[in-house]
Amino acid sequence: MSQAPPPLGTPAARREGRDKVTGTARYAAEHTPPGCLYGWPVPATIARGRVSAVHTDEALALPGVHAVLSHDNAPRLKQPDDPILAVLQDDRVPHRGWYIALVVADTLDHARAGAEALRIAYETTEHDVVLSENHPGLYTPETVNGEYPAVRERGDADRAFAMAPVQVDATYAIGALHNHPMEPHASTAQWTQDGHLHVHDSNQGSTTVRESLAAAFGLRPQQVTVVSEHVGGGFGCKGTTRPQAVLAAMAARHTGRPVKIALPRRQLAAVVGHRPPTVQRLRLGAELDGTLTSVSHEVITQTSTVKEFVEQAAVPARIMYGSAHSRTTHRVTALDVPSPSWMRAPGEAPGMYALESAMDELAAALGIDPVELRLRNDPADEPDSGRPFSSRGLAACLEEGAARFGWYDRDPRPAVREEGPLLVGTGVASATYPVYIAGSSASAHAATDGSYRIQVNATDIGTGARTVLAQIAASVLNTPVENIRIDIGSSELPDAPLAGGSSGTASWGWSVHKASTALLRQLRECTGPLPAEGLTIFADTEQETSEKSPYARHAFGAQFAEVAVDSRTGEVRVRRMLGVFAAGHILNPRTARSQFIGGMTMGIGMALTEGSTMDPVFGDFTESDLASYHVPVCADVPEIEVHWIDEDDPHLNPMGSKGIGEIGIVGAAAAVGNAVRHATGVRLRSLPLTPDTLLPYLL
Amino acid sequence: MDPSRGRDDGAQQPGATGDRSTLTLHINGTEQTLTLDHRTTVLDALREDLGLTGAKKGCDHGQCGACTVIVDGRRANSCLLLAVAHDGARITTVEGLADGDRLHPVQEAFLDRDALQCGYCTPGQICSAVGMLGEAADGFPSHVTTRTAPVSAPAPLDAPEIRERMSGNLCRCGAYPRIVEAIEDVAP
Amino acid sequence: MKPFGYLRARSTAEAVRESSAHPGAGFLGGGTNLVDLMKLGVETPDLLIDISRLPLDQVGDTDNGGLRIGATVRNSDLAAHPAVRTRYPVLSQALLSGASGQLRNTATTGGNLLQRTRCPYFQDTSKPCNKREPGTGCPALEGAHRDLAVLGHSEHCVATHPSDMAVALSALDATVQLHGPDGERTVPATEFHRLPGDTPHRDTEIRAGELITEVVLPPRPDGAGSLYRKARDRASFAFALASVAAVLGVRDGRIEHAALAFGGLAHRPWRAYAAEEALRGAPATGETFERAVDAELAAARPLRDNAFKVGLARSLAVDALAELAADS
Repeated sequence: MSQAPPPLGTPAARREGRDKVTGTARYAAEHTPPGCLYGWPVPATIARGRVSAVHTDEALALPGVHAVLSHDNAPRLKQPDDPILAVLQDDRVPHRGWYIALVVADTLDHARAGAEALRIAYETTEHDVVLSENHPGLYTPETVNGEYPAVRERGDADRAFAMAPVQVDATYAIGALHNHPMEPHASTAQWTQDGHLHVHDSNQGSTTVRESLAAAFGLRPQQVTVVSEHVGGGFGCKGTTRPQAVLAAMAARHTGRPVKIALPRRQLAAVVGHRPPTVQRLRLGAELDGTLTSVSHEVITQTSTVKEFVEQAAVPARIMYGSAHSRTTHRVTALDVPSPSWMRAPGEAPGMYALESAMDELAAALGIDPVELRLRNDPADEPDSGRPFSSRGLAACLEEGAARFGWYDRDPRPAVREEGPLLVGTGVASATYPVYIAGSSASAHAATDGSYRIQVNATDIGTGARTVLAQIAASVLNTPVENIRIDIGSSELPDAPLAGGSSGTASWGWSVHKASTALLRQLRECTGPLPAEGLTIFADTEQETSEKSPYARHAFGAQFAEVAVDSRTGEVRVRRMLGVFAAGHILNPRTARSQFIGGMTMGIGMALTEGSTMDPVFGDFTESDLASYHVPVCADVPEIEVHWIDEDDPHLNPMGSKGIGEIGIVGAAAAVGNAVRHATGVRLRSLPLTPDTLLPYLL
Repeated sequence: MDPSRGRDDGAQQPGATGDRSTLTLHINGTEQTLTLDHRTTVLDALREDLGLTGAKKGCDHGQCGACTVIVDGRRANSCLLLAVAHDGARITTVEGLADGDRLHPVQEAFLDRDALQCGYCTPGQICSAVGMLGEAADGFPSHVTTRTAPVSAPAPLDAPEIRERMSGNLCRCGAYPRIVEAIEDVAP
Repeated sequence: MKPFGYLRARSTAEAVRESSAHPGAGFLGGGTNLVDLMKLGVETPDLLIDISRLPLDQVGDTDNGGLRIGATVRNSDLAAHPAVRTRYPVLSQALLSGASGQLRNTATTGGNLLQRTRCPYFQDTSKPCNKREPGTGCPALEGAHRDLAVLGHSEHCVATHPSDMAVALSALDATVQLHGPDGERTVPATEFHRLPGDTPHRDTEIRAGELITEVVLPPRPDGAGSLYRKARDRASFAFALASVAAVLGVRDGRIEHAALAFGGLAHRPWRAYAAEEALRGAPATGETFERAVDAELAAARPLRDNAFKVGLARSLAVDALAELAADS
């Protein structure tokens, strides 16, 4: 076994791949205990007010309908840890789509028919759902998502901007975006005689869901089991407990039967979070040689009246480029709208669209190549904190990418490359994403047959967590990966943080590394044969992960895109795309490549096809289904090339890795938008770049 | 080219007046006789009545392709097919593609190319690819087929053809480039 | 979804008879739009009369060199049919630019004609809609209407018809064969779909109990070429922002035959008679095409957010005509 190649950094195949291609991998709605009932949630059809009556007679008279839950009769919850989970607790309607009832029946068809038969009376109040730059409710929050300060100032940004010989002052707007993982949120809940709650739930971290269900139902965490064996994507919207879990558990308690709820796709837009709209003003001041003297990034966004969530879009400007003077601010207003939340690279994705578009505008204004402009402003230390970077691969990514893409042959003039009716252009943007890590626990077990078993409540939302964690353990234990069995996806396993913030592999992996290291030491110390039950080591990393690093730790990248714009229709198609990333040590090149490509693909969607518009009259998102919310299809996505600069960064974790799940989307939309500008000469400052927005400038 | 051909039209006529009927579906070679609410779709019958959860429910409205199965030789969105109307149909789901332990070449190719991440769209992608390869072999054109292509010959499948023909299957993880590679591996 | 009865029709006559006997009945073809709308509560039939196994699944030549297309021929089969590909490419292209491979395998010719608007208010039973519930109002007039009509709309409804196929049939001067309780009749495809006026709940001229049995294409005009152009928000699997079906015959540089229909602009495929008038007999030049298309689109009355459709449609049509002229 000791001749095995080093398993870390090798392209091991996805462990659950065979289950997924044969259809045997089971997701949350695919566990149907005997006697299981089906729940169909009922959303509010007013934007603000209260439910004055829930008329259930007709619904309850229908065949198969077992119960209708509403605030009139639903089990009372203890204070949930997230106010969006306080469903059916009172008559308040904070936004359209908020759940006000649940119909429980013996089949899906009966449950849906029951929901249709329910008659709800409302008292409506005037609503306010439209974000504007001068909205009277705008305020500066204490902190923004990620617990960053809302405001940071360095020097005198206004004065430096006013004095700068070259200035860009531009405002960018991005509408709301929805995660829309392919698997809608689902839960199957069951209570046992002893008061234990068992839930199969679709989420990004079942330890988190166990905690919040325990809090909501007044249980000890040990009384709740949450299993999330396979999860059909999340991209942030399954990072926190969502109402389906609470509703299923409530209904199961109320009926005494197992209850399954899979949220209908059309309901998702209102209840599982989204990226909120942002209006971002960028002011960049530069010397004639391109040196930035002032960077100002001011963000306006919205949250709901249910909870405060502030998209931290100005945060990346604190670390990207050096400048003596800087201001980064966020203001938010609470509207009668669905609650926003995490969507892949919250903060970085929208913020870097604005910043990297502004950098492109500045490059054009200066007559400096956009790659060169970024290189000239690459700081030695993190501008905001002054801390040294643990590693900063931006320049390497830009240079490597430029060479691979053929960037240096580029004619900078806009709108001069015609291929028949097509206008062709290229664009570049930088990418960044912070290194997050959280404490995790894991166990490592050596069996007498020489095999090992790793247990950690990691969640595989499509990243290949099982595979990379087995590689980490195998590398420590110096054994082939086939010799490692790995158990994840159940709250009965050692507690672990969620798959979010691109931190999963680092967080879980560190605890696996620690447990495996300790196990190996014990095995080496163990002289005789192992006891029959083998040897088990438990480890947690709370202490080492809570130590504040003296380094600024971020992944970086460079995105390059070539687009063709049809001058007759305004249709934009990406022809090719290249991403080069510096994200520490890449632990599994095979699954990593897939994740990078996936992030870039979502970036194409952000740039060209995706957007949710708020209906000012009704207070909901107009694009409520997958026919109107345009997730990119296969034909939208060309060959995507991905490379990385392998970094040897000793200041991260024992594996030397940075997260890779989110950086792929960061900068992608800006690269595409910059390419559209290069192709057409038209600079649009809002997304998505659909024909209706672009065509008027082309005809 | 008629997908309704091959059905057993001698199958028992479902009841007309009630709201349930007894019907037979031939699923992955096994005859299944079920009594179902007329509202039940093929997808729900597979997932909830037969325990065949390989076909996925992503949107339930024919907008995502996760529920794609092969019905009488042609790929279809099973979420929009009423089971009662498909009495006698021969249905292949992702569970029926492998030959014992030997995976279907499309399944093998998806594994080889890492053409999946969360896996939720994967069964639909694979059934769609299998159906699509059959359509191309039968000479079905696509939106990107050149207008001068011969009308009665198999349609050659290059990457743009595959992308267009697979566009009825959404993948939010963004596995498209690798799905296209996987299909190129098995395309003639 | 309400419970409903199910009847598998054994003949067209039986289907029509049962439909007439049950006012709440609906015909089930492929079901791709009907089942979708039933799940949304927009369509609520008491009885589904399944016509998908009727012998209406054939495509064959007519005596005069046209083509007869059964109502249950699947969209993918029709698009692939050699006669359609060679003689009526606009129809094949229109079909292939719509929906997805899976949906085209299921959707039928008759059902495609009868698909209903994608207007978001129509699809949401919690909101007013004159098409779904006459008299409740049209929120799209002031609301989300980027995708809706610029031609032929009324204060009661600004919906668009979503079909691509129907646009091609309009330009091809197809006829729709109907079988009803009072016998058979033929309606030109150009008149099959209605404008909303003050009765937007009626999409088509079809009468209670009538079943589409076939669509008939007249012979292709001598030497005329045809094509379909569509612009959309993503590269595939999206409804048209605007589309055009064009048929053009040119001899010695002059236009002999011209038929033009727009999709995505109106409550029905918009046959561009004014443009055709300006094209016929005129030299096949870009200038002619622009003038003709402008003559048609002068009637456009865009809403707040959909003025782009006028320029888009113009661009698509001028380009399609130019390409056909170059090919001839």
